[in-house]
Amino acid sequence: MARAVMYDNIRRAGTLLASSALALPLMAMVAPGARAEGMPQLDFGNPYVIGQVIWGAGIFLVLYFLLSRSALPKVEKVLSLRRQTIETDLGIAHKAKTRADEAVADLHEARRKALADAQANVDKVVEEARLAAARQTEEMNARLATEIQDAETRIAQARGQALASVREISTTTAETLILQLSGIAAPADFVTAKVGSAAAARGL
Amino acid sequence: MAAGSSIDALGQFELHPVLGALGESLRFSQSPMMMIVAAIVVLAFLYVGMRPAAVVPGRLQSAAEMCYDFIYNMAVDTIGPEGRAFFPFVFTLFFFILVGNYLGLLPFSFAFTSHIAVTLALALMVFCLSIIVSLKVQGAKFFAHFMPAGAPKALAPLLIPIEILSFLSRPVSLSIRLFANMVAGHVMFDMFAAFTIMLAGLGFFGDIIAVGPVVINIALMALELLVGALQAYVFAILTCIYLREAVAH
Repeated sequence: MARAVMYDNIRRAGTLLASSALALPLMAMVAPGARAEGMPQLDFGNPYVIGQVIWGAGIFLVLYFLLSRSALPKVEKVLSLRRQTIETDLGIAHKAKTRADEAVADLHEARRKALADAQANVDKVVEEARLAAARQTEEMNARLATEIQDAETRIAQARGQALASVREISTTTAETLILQLSGIAAPADFVTAKVGSAAAARGL
Repeated sequence: MAAGSSIDALGQFELHPVLGALGESLRFSQSPMMMIVAAIVVLAFLYVGMRPAAVVPGRLQSAAEMCYDFIYNMAVDTIGPEGRAFFPFVFTLFFFILVGNYLGLLPFSFAFTSHIAVTLALALMVFCLSIIVSLKVQGAKFFAHFMPAGAPKALAPLLIPIEILSFLSRPVSLSIRLFANMVAGHVMFDMFAAFTIMLAGLGFFGDIIAVGPVVINIALMALELLVGALQAYVFAILTCIYLREAVAH
């Protein structure tokens, strides 16, 4: 505040000075009595030389007042308006950028979340599929085991039946062979006993 | 200009009354008339240039704003933050001198800066302003500047008069620099123009040789455009330097 008052005083002093300093009787100070031949500027006896200084003081003062009070503040007003406009626009741009950055951050977050959800879903589906496949495999294995067991039972039965028929077939075959080869019909008990012992020897 | 075989190169600086008897009674010569023209040019430049007051400026508005910024930066950069208070003064001073210098380059015109009375008045105004500001800001400490800091006290009787003389020579150098430059330029213009007229009077070969001074005058015009701006700048920057010393604590 005190500084502003001081500069105001300085400005006022400058104004006063502008109005008075130019009107000083300068010429006598420059070169009293100087009358250089051919130098109209030093012809201080010419009233127009002093006159131009007094006129100059007034013109300079008026110019200073018009510039300092009217013309220059007008320029300053336009410049400050431009500065203000630029600052406002920059502020809006900064806000827009902040909003855009936030939107981008939200987008990234949503994307990351969606990715995580999708990955979780994929994992869940894969796990379910794996479990279903395991269950199906287990069921299939169980069914296959049952079928294999059934088949083995059937094979064992068929084998038992087949083995049960082997002695009869062998006896019949042996009787036929003996008859064909010797022309003698071997006693059925004898052949049966021999085939039975041979089969027993082979584990049948 | 060329009277017979002699050249009157200084006649152009003579002051004559304008506006007839009224001008004669008011001591109104071509010099104050050109000062008024200069003031009108400066004001018109700013008022017309800034009339659109557009946020996106046109060419003339840009020029006006550039001039404003140029002087504002000069004042604030040189003087410091206090320079804002002196900016209108420096602006007025710079453009008053600049337009005065340039108006003097127009045919049938007059350069009021070619008169020592005007330049000395301007220099004394700057000088007195710097003293007033110094006394207001620094008080009695202002006088301590005439004894350089760190100098042996025994040298004071020698140094103080030298410093005072150096200080007092400021308005002299400031005014004579501008005055001498403007006078020299206009005298050379007149001399070479007179050469052209004198050579043209020598017949066919004279006509051919007379082209030389015309070419020199064209080059001189470019030089004077530079000198005109440079001298206005020097005057303004030295004003800023003196004011910086004045506001320095």
